[in-house]
Amino acid sequence: MISLLADFVQELRRAGIPVSMVEAIDAMEALGHIDVGHREGFKETLRATLIKNSRHEAAFDVAFEVYFASRRPPEQNPLPDEKHFTGNQMGEDRWMGGSSGLSVESLIETLYEAMANQDFNTLRSAARQAVDQLAGMEPGRPVGGTYYLYRTMRQLDIEALEQRLLEMFMADVDSEDALASRLAAEDAKRMVEQLRDELRDEIRRRLVEDRGHEAVAKTLRQPLVEEIDLMHATRSDLISIEHVIEPLTRKLAARLARRRRLSDRGRLDFRKTVRASLATGGVPVEPKFKTVRPHRPEIFLLCDISGSMATFARFTLQFTYAMATQFSKLRAFVFVDAVDEVTDFFKPGIDFGEALVRIGAEADVVWLDGHSDYGHAFEQFLARYGRELTPRTTLIIAGDARNNYRDPRAQYLEEVAGMVEAVYWLNPEPKAYWDSGDSVMVRYAGACEQVFEVRNLNQLEAFVETVTDHRPKTRRNRSTPTKGAPMYSSAAQRNN
Amino acid sequence: MSPSFDSPAAVASALREVDYLADARISQVGFLALELGKPILVEGPAGVGKTELAKALAAVTGRSLIRLQCYEGLDESRALYEWNYKKQLLRIQADQDQGWDELESDIFSEEFLLTRPLLEAIRSEDPVVLLIDEVDRVEMETEALLLEVLSDFQVSIPELGTVKAASVPLVVLTSNNTRELSEALKRRCLFLHVGYPSPEREREILMTKVPDLAVRLAEEIARVAASIRAMDLKKAPSVSETIDWARTLIALGIDHLDTQAVGDTIHVLLKYQTDIERALKDLSVDRT
Repeated sequence: MISLLADFVQELRRAGIPVSMVEAIDAMEALGHIDVGHREGFKETLRATLIKNSRHEAAFDVAFEVYFASRRPPEQNPLPDEKHFTGNQMGEDRWMGGSSGLSVESLIETLYEAMANQDFNTLRSAARQAVDQLAGMEPGRPVGGTYYLYRTMRQLDIEALEQRLLEMFMADVDSEDALASRLAAEDAKRMVEQLRDELRDEIRRRLVEDRGHEAVAKTLRQPLVEEIDLMHATRSDLISIEHVIEPLTRKLAARLARRRRLSDRGRLDFRKTVRASLATGGVPVEPKFKTVRPHRPEIFLLCDISGSMATFARFTLQFTYAMATQFSKLRAFVFVDAVDEVTDFFKPGIDFGEALVRIGAEADVVWLDGHSDYGHAFEQFLARYGRELTPRTTLIIAGDARNNYRDPRAQYLEEVAGMVEAVYWLNPEPKAYWDSGDSVMVRYAGACEQVFEVRNLNQLEAFVETVTDHRPKTRRNRSTPTKGAPMYSSAAQRNN
Repeated sequence: MSPSFDSPAAVASALREVDYLADARISQVGFLALELGKPILVEGPAGVGKTELAKALAAVTGRSLIRLQCYEGLDESRALYEWNYKKQLLRIQADQDQGWDELESDIFSEEFLLTRPLLEAIRSEDPVVLLIDEVDRVEMETEALLLEVLSDFQVSIPELGTVKAASVPLVVLTSNNTRELSEALKRRCLFLHVGYPSPEREREILMTKVPDLAVRLAEEIARVAASIRAMDLKKAPSVSETIDWARTLIALGIDHLDTQAVGDTIHVLLKYQTDIERALKDLSVDRT
C-alpha cells in the first residue's frame, strides 16, 4: 500500500500538482483511520489530504482512476454481468448467456433501457459488455484510449441512441412548453454523457491492466490549466482559462489598490487625540488615528490585437474584461498599427463575447496595412491620450513587440513612461525569442519598469506577485533611456 | 464530552439530524477532521453552505461555535487579543500614588485583557468549533498569524506569557477563493471543495429546508437551477437562492414550473438584469 501510494503521489507530481512530503504522510496517516475497502471514502480521503486546489481535481480524478481502478475487485461490483442480465428479462431470450453472445442490437437495446430508467448499475455492466465486444482491444497494441472509445461509440451509434432517448423523454412532458423540452434534452444529454464516462473508465481500466499504470497515466496527462501556453491555446483551453482568470484579476486588483496594510493602520493623530481628550478632562481616553486614504490606481491597458497575437489578444481582452469589473478607473486600448480606446465595450453588463465582436467590428486600429506598428501606436497614444495620464496611472502593455521591421520610435514610449507611475510589459513569447527577427523588445524595455514573459497563467500570477514586491518606491527619472542592460524579469521563470 | 463517530456514514447521518445534507465527500472530510484533529479548509462559490457546515458540525459534536469573520485589514487586535486601553487608563488615573512596578503588573493582567475569537477558542476548557470565515479576505500577514495559532495551538502574549490551548478546537476555514492562500496554510488543512449540489441532492436540501414543498416541484426547481448554472452567467444561483425561490413559488401558489412561471419569478434566483435576460433566452430555446 505504501509503495502504491508513493507511486500515486509521484504521478500527481508528474502531472504538475505540487504534493509535499508532509501531505503524503498526512494521507498515509489518514488512511489508517478509514475503511480502505470503501472506494469512495478512500478516494475522498486522498483528495482531501493531497489536493489543495480545486483546479487540480480533474487531474487527480484521472490519476486516481488509473492507479486504483484495476484494484477494484470484481465482487465489489454488486452486479456481475451475466447474472444481472439474465435476471432482468422481459421474456425474450435476448441474452445468449455468455458475455460474447450478445448482438450489437440487443446491447444497444439494453443500454437504451438502462438510460431510460436511469439504472446506473445496468448501464455500467452493459458498458463493460460493449467494450468487451466492440472496442476490439488487443493487448500490447500501442493505441490510445480515445481510439477505442471512438470505435465503441461509433458501433453503438450513439447519436441515434441520444435521439431515441430524447424522444422518449419528450413524450413524457408537455412538448408545448419550451422549458420542459429543454430539461428533457438536458436529461438525454446527461445520460449519454454518463455512458461515455462509463465506457471511457472501462477502457482505461483495461489499458491499465495491459500496460501498467505508469504508461497509461503518461498518455492521459494533460497540462494543467495554469500551464497552457496562451499563444497556442485551443478554444476549449480558453474556456477553462476563463474560469480561473477571475480570481486572478481580483487578486491583481487588491494588490494594485494597495489597500490598508497592517502597518498603515492608524498612525496616532496627535491633534485629534488632544482635541478629543478635552471632553474627558484632558485624559486621552479615546485615541484618534489618522485614516489612511486608499490608493485608487488608474489602470491603462494597451493590447496588441494583430494577427500574430490573435490567441493571446483574446486572452488579454478576457483579462481586461475581468479587470473592468474590479476597477472603476480602468481604460482599455487596442492597437495594430493605430490605437483606439475600447473602454466602453467593457462596461458592466456587457457580455464578453459581445464585447469581442464589437471590438473586431468597430475599433479603429488599422492605419496603413494592418500589420503591427508599435512605434506609430505609441506616438498616437501619446498624442491622443497623453493629457490624461497622471502619476497615479499604471500602464500595462500586452504584446510581442514584433514591429515588422519598422522604426520602433521608443522615444514616445519613454515619454509616456515619464508621465505615469509605472509601465509593465507582458510578452507572450518565450524569452529566448525576444529580440530575434523583427522583435524589438530590447528597445522598449528601457522605458518599462519591468518586462514579463507571460506565456501561461502561472507566469501571469508571478507578474501579479512581483508587481506588489517591486513597486517603484521613488519615482525614477525615466525621461532619458536607461543605460546598460534592460531590466528583464526573472520572476516568471518557474515554469521553465 | 462530545460524541465520537466511528465512520463517515455516522457523521453524515448525524449531520442529517441537524438538517445538513452532506454528500460523501463532505462527510468523509468531516470524519477525518474529527479523527485527526486537523483544520478543514472549505472552498467554493458563495451560498453553497460552507458556513452552515461549521454550524452543523458544532451542533452534532455538541461544541459551541466561535466565529471569526475575516475582512481586509483584520489584525491581531481583532483576531487574537487586545489590551483594554480605556480601562487601563482609568486604573492609572484612579490610583496616582501607586508604585510603577506594582501598577504595571496590575494593568497587564487578565482583567484588562480583551480576548478575541482566536484566543477565546484556545482558552476554552471545552473543545469548541472555531469558524474562520472568508479567510481569503485577510492579508498575507494576518494569515501568517493564523498559521501560528493553528499549528501550535498557543499564543504568546509578551506581558502575560504563553497561553496554551486547554483543548484542541475543530477549526473550519472557509474561502471564496478570491486569492490564493499560502501553501503553508493549505498544507496544514484538509481541503474540501464544495460545489453546487447535484440535482438529486439539491432536491433533498429543498425538501429539508422548505417543508411544505411538493416532491415534484422540488425536483423541477433543482433541475432548472442546475440548467441555469450550466449557463455562462455573472452570478450563478446559490443554494440559498433556490431555497428562496422555492418559498416564493409556494407563496404564489405555483405548483408546476413552466416557461411562464420561471419568467415571472426568476428575479429571485438571478440578481443581474443581463443574467436574467440571458437565462430566459436560453431556457426558451426549443432544441428539438
